[in-house]
Amino acid sequence: MYPSDLKYTKEHEWIRIEGEQAHVGITDYAQKQLGDVVYLELPDVGRMVKKGDVFGTIESVKAVSELYSPVSGEVTEVNTRLAEKPEAVNTDPHGSWMIVVKVGDSGETSDLLDATQYGELTK
Amino acid sequence: MGARMVSFGGWDMPVEYSGIVDEHLAVRSRAGLFDVSHMGEIEIAGADALKAVQHITSNDAGKLAIHQIQYSALTTPQGTFVDDVLTYKLADEHFMLVVNASNIMKDFNWISEQITGLGDVAAVNTSSRYALMALQGPAARDVLQTLTGVDLAEIKYYWFTTGEVANVRCTISRTGYTGEDGFEVFSPPGSAERVWDAILQAGRSAGVVPAGLGARDTLRLEASMRLYGNDMDETTTVVEADLGWIVGWKKTEFLGLDVLQKQKAEGAPRKLVGFEMMERAIARHGYDVYIDDVKSGVVTSGTQTPFLKKAIGMAYVPVDSTKPDTEIQVDVRGRRARGRVVPMPFYKRAK
Repeated sequence: MYPSDLKYTKEHEWIRIEGEQAHVGITDYAQKQLGDVVYLELPDVGRMVKKGDVFGTIESVKAVSELYSPVSGEVTEVNTRLAEKPEAVNTDPHGSWMIVVKVGDSGETSDLLDATQYGELTK
Repeated sequence: MGARMVSFGGWDMPVEYSGIVDEHLAVRSRAGLFDVSHMGEIEIAGADALKAVQHITSNDAGKLAIHQIQYSALTTPQGTFVDDVLTYKLADEHFMLVVNASNIMKDFNWISEQITGLGDVAAVNTSSRYALMALQGPAARDVLQTLTGVDLAEIKYYWFTTGEVANVRCTISRTGYTGEDGFEVFSPPGSAERVWDAILQAGRSAGVVPAGLGARDTLRLEASMRLYGNDMDETTTVVEADLGWIVGWKKTEFLGLDVLQKQKAEGAPRKLVGFEMMERAIARHGYDVYIDDVKSGVVTSGTQTPFLKKAIGMAYVPVDSTKPDTEIQVDVRGRRARGRVVPMPFYKRAK
């Protein structure tokens, strides 16, 4: 059920790496845990994030959760349209990217999970 | 049922079924069915039962007719809340207090202690004898009516009666915690599933959905109903919680009356107010409130509400900052976000 072209983290983010560009969002499992998403706080373009850093905040009706970057690099794009309609995270989690990170060190993606491993983790 | 469950006070509780927003809107437009069996019941009986209830609660139970209900506070001698309760008058010498789940044993011990020596009266914790379901929303009456011979139109707001629901002997009260019309049905625990299934079945065509604790919380907040442990507790008085209307001011005595009278006359140092955010940010329980850059209070409840589609909340603020439109700032995880005091209730249903 998890798209095989994405990689995943134990913190329930997904990442799609294409060359130097990495789109980042949260997984279907994460959106189900959160419930109805009502607010999304994203960083400014140009911000440098380190792997494991908090890059934003997501809020549902009942809870606040932090968003962790799966990789290090510069934030080159921010999905401001998603921030205006954050409920899309519930309806299309794997299509709702939040930021694009320009990936530096490719070695640090080696511990990301593939779809099968992530599926096992969230069973 | 596909419910997301959480353990609460020994009960497995459904937080949400189809989603908080979906359930919340269903209750505002159709109806939702809540399992609130975790609520407690403490019965007080004996020739001196009224005297005892009058001593331990703030509202004037002397005004109650048999089958009538009132919202009240179980008070400390300091006028603060041991709990907030609904007082049901079952008979002249028999009352039932419906209390919060997490307070059942505390309340029961407190009541037992306070009524000792008041004469012919005893308190019994009857919580295990009742399951409790709440059917709430504009369709509630028509749906429930198909399952009972009781004429529900005859039950006025905050009154109750006994009768059969789906052939199960129940107490039916016109009460709720959502701001909508609705009923709460007390059944024997062994028959609760039958009543639950019957109501959902009967309500299917009207769009009745099962609803969880998540929607219950957002609904009650929109309706400005207080939640014990969030909006008031043993450190806040009834006057500070802006619930002067549940004080029987003409009563000669109850625990904490002198403190409350003094606060009423001289003003309390702080008061619970409603607020809404003026920028995109959600204030939540425990966040600090600043007024003119001075830390002045704390948010007791707050969320983004599904029906009003606003970030609203309640907070204790100094009494000179309680006027509507007073600007406040809420510390939302390190960022000061602007809000303003607004009158409560946030939501009031059209009659």
